[in-house]
Amino acid sequence: MLDVIWLIPAFPLVGFLLILLFGRRLGEPRSGYLASAMVLASFVVSVGAYFDLVSMNEEERSHVETLFSWVPVDSLQIDMAFLADPLSITMCLFVTGIGFLIHLFAIGYMHGDPKFSKFFLYLNLFVLSMTLLVLGENLLVTFLGWEGVGTCSYLLISFWHTKDANASAGKKAFVTNRIGDWGFMLAMFLGFQAIGSVSYLDLNLAAESGAIGESTATGIAMLLFVGAVGKSAQLPLYVWLPDAMAGPTPVSALIHAATMVTAGVFLMTRMNPMLFASAPEVSVIIAWVGAITALFAATIAVAQTDIKKVLAFSTVSQLGYMFLAVGSGAFVAAIFHMVTHAFFKALMFLGSGSVIHGMHEEQDMRKMGALRKVMPVTAGTFIIGWLAIAGVPPFAGFWSKDEILLFTLAERGPVLYAIGLITAVLTAFYMTRQVIMVFFGEARWGSHANEAEAAQLDPADADADADDASADATPVETHGAHGEFKPHESPPIMLFPLVVLAGLAMVGGIIQLPSFGFIPSGWRHRLEDWLHPVVRVGEAEITDTSAYDAKGLLALLAIACALAGIAAAVAIYAKKMAEPIEPEILADGWGYDRAISAFMGGPGRKAFDAIAWFDKTIIDGAVNGAATTISKSAGVIRRGQTGNVRNYAGIVGAGVVLLLAWFVIGRGVV
Amino acid sequence: MELIVFVLASLMVLAGALGVVLRSNPVHAALSLVLTLFGVAVHFVALEAHFLAAVQVIVYAGAIVVLFLFVIMLLGVDKSEDLSIEPFPIQRPVAIVVGAAITGLVVAAVVRARDTIAETDTPLASDGDSNVQLLARNLFSDHVFAFEFTSILLIVAVAGTVVLTRKDKRKVEQ
Amino acid sequence: MSAAMLGAVTPTTTYYLILSALLFGIGAAGLMVRRNPLIMFMCIELMLNAVNLSFVALAVRFGNIDGQTAVFFVLVVAAAEVVVGLGLIISVLKRRPGATADDLAELRG
Repeated sequence: MLDVIWLIPAFPLVGFLLILLFGRRLGEPRSGYLASAMVLASFVVSVGAYFDLVSMNEEERSHVETLFSWVPVDSLQIDMAFLADPLSITMCLFVTGIGFLIHLFAIGYMHGDPKFSKFFLYLNLFVLSMTLLVLGENLLVTFLGWEGVGTCSYLLISFWHTKDANASAGKKAFVTNRIGDWGFMLAMFLGFQAIGSVSYLDLNLAAESGAIGESTATGIAMLLFVGAVGKSAQLPLYVWLPDAMAGPTPVSALIHAATMVTAGVFLMTRMNPMLFASAPEVSVIIAWVGAITALFAATIAVAQTDIKKVLAFSTVSQLGYMFLAVGSGAFVAAIFHMVTHAFFKALMFLGSGSVIHGMHEEQDMRKMGALRKVMPVTAGTFIIGWLAIAGVPPFAGFWSKDEILLFTLAERGPVLYAIGLITAVLTAFYMTRQVIMVFFGEARWGSHANEAEAAQLDPADADADADDASADATPVETHGAHGEFKPHESPPIMLFPLVVLAGLAMVGGIIQLPSFGFIPSGWRHRLEDWLHPVVRVGEAEITDTSAYDAKGLLALLAIACALAGIAAAVAIYAKKMAEPIEPEILADGWGYDRAISAFMGGPGRKAFDAIAWFDKTIIDGAVNGAATTISKSAGVIRRGQTGNVRNYAGIVGAGVVLLLAWFVIGRGVV
Repeated sequence: MELIVFVLASLMVLAGALGVVLRSNPVHAALSLVLTLFGVAVHFVALEAHFLAAVQVIVYAGAIVVLFLFVIMLLGVDKSEDLSIEPFPIQRPVAIVVGAAITGLVVAAVVRARDTIAETDTPLASDGDSNVQLLARNLFSDHVFAFEFTSILLIVAVAGTVVLTRKDKRKVEQ
Repeated sequence: MSAAMLGAVTPTTTYYLILSALLFGIGAAGLMVRRNPLIMFMCIELMLNAVNLSFVALAVRFGNIDGQTAVFFVLVVAAAEVVVGLGLIISVLKRRPGATADDLAELRG
């Protein structure tokens, strides 16, 4: 199957084209089924490729499939080629797998939307771009996918673009991503300048062998990290992700939880030899950015009232963990956490989608409560996701987070470890808070019924209730009982993915179990062995550190932190033993967004105006000035054309004199 | 003896030239031109270019100057031109400078080269032929093509002038 | 200066060339100064004559008859030129009687 891995992006491409041409005729729900089928087909091919790789020897697990020569320009030879190795196939598996589940969910979620087919059109385009990104054999193919996912993100965030806030959110995502893309492009150029190729194999080989100097490698690595910061929503470019919740929930689940935002982590892992060859400060910087982002986002999540915003900031925070891992040389742990995070975050996003759907598009958690009685399946799966992210064993999140923290302490010291630990406490805290507010406690949605009816008469009222500007723009449906509002469970097509993902979140940790005594040796470190050929250069070796020796203790410490966070949230929100502290500044995101707007609107605007002035006055002025100078001097010279023969004769005579003078005096005649 | 002839002829030449340039009446100027042409003809004789001297008088003085006088009479431009006014103030100084400069430079060149030039004249390699025969032999053997072309030139000039100066019949009828 | 001395000096080629230069300079200056088209034409004739003189002088000096042939051709061309030029002057001055070279400045830029 390895020689047909090009089918993995080809299937969604076919789906895209078919829906493009026949989407309107297919209509709902056939276009949804078509799109899902295409992604499922890609998943099947990925599984086939996986088994093919498994059957090969470990050192040979790298297959390049070249489709055609894409850029054949003299010294710049870039092919449209795909690289199938453990890392890319792992990414393909969960991108297409989770993608398929989300496609199914979306068929139910987008039911009744007039732009149903267009949604799946974009979704397929997204899967196409994402698979290109991860399967790319060189930086340019990856960049093609990179830009593609950015475009699809824009298209899908602003899917309900008739509402201004949604359109703005889409633009914000695109522009912020673009800043990252600039870094990516410069890294590509630098790489090409260094070794004349942008292929991963060439670049990594050169980095490993020292053919790329440390300063060049540092430059490339830092620029790629800039790209990753933009795409994976780290400080300072994270601002687009919370606003991206304006898009439909399947989009948030697929793009902004499981796949696109992980592209940055994927890129850094793919280029780990480059990190290895660059100055050690680079990894430290990456670790610090990741840690600070994680803590920063976790503090904000504590005070959010929109069900999706909590998850959005949680995503930023978990991505911070992944970069902390990358910065600590724990590439396997980063990928591990990426996979487990994809499971439980997609699960929770879809769960929140189910809640929103059942609550008739209500997203404010203060108006929910006791939903477990009305939506048992949603609640059950969501709780599994909650336990996973909080870091409670044996759920998946515990294993991956623990591994990251272990590497952090071993490679980067106790300060970053402490930050990671505090974030873990906060994570458990805000997730428990969310679960309690939504599924437990008393039902606060009775009051929503009155407001729902009032909203139909006076929309301004309902809007004022929404904390964020990213409420869905679809009309409030009252397909519940007439007059009495009752949230309901979602249809089976939406519940099926939830169940599957919950199962994965439960057992997902099995792919990388640590070397504790009670775990049978055949079950340990399977992901690490699998990814070894890809990360062997950059992966840190910590088996002989004191932190490693204490890993049992550290695991227990992590569990304790998780339980502490849960207990605190239960105490405050369930048992009402203390007042909830949700400071305004946290809800406002530390004023970061406002600061950027103020800066861009104020000094930023002035800077842009200055640049525009410079362009208009000086550059244009120079060009126009050159033209004016010529025309004015021509005007002056023109006066020599008197039209009078005698003047011309005089000029000719003068010329003759000069000529003679040169001959006689200058050269000397004779 | 030759020096006296030279001096006298040169005086004729220069006087006539100055007359052309300085006389305001065009008829007077034309007659000064005749004086110059005659002076040059005398020089030609002194230089043993007899044929050319004859042609000079016949063609230049006899035909060309006569043409000039005809035109002057035809057009009535015998009114004197006022030489005291000069619309372009720069023109006179430039003219003097240019004229002086050209003369001066050429003279300088000639004087500097006088040692090379001023050897004894090489007599023409004549087989006892006269100047006319020598000239004719040269003209019709070495330069026969040019000679034919000049005849064409003359025809073209005459035809062209007739065409150029013809009154346009069509315009007259309108 | 005695008559004998005067007679002893033969005018060399240099004398002729200097005379030719003088004539040429006078003609050039006259061309630039005069406004009457006919007199300007006569100044051109002066310049041509100067050149003819130098041609012949040098032909004598170098014993080459080609110099005189050149003069012959110059003469022919000067004649043709006078024909055309005077024809043009007649055409122009018929329409604009009393015009001078200064008045014929249509090609002013």
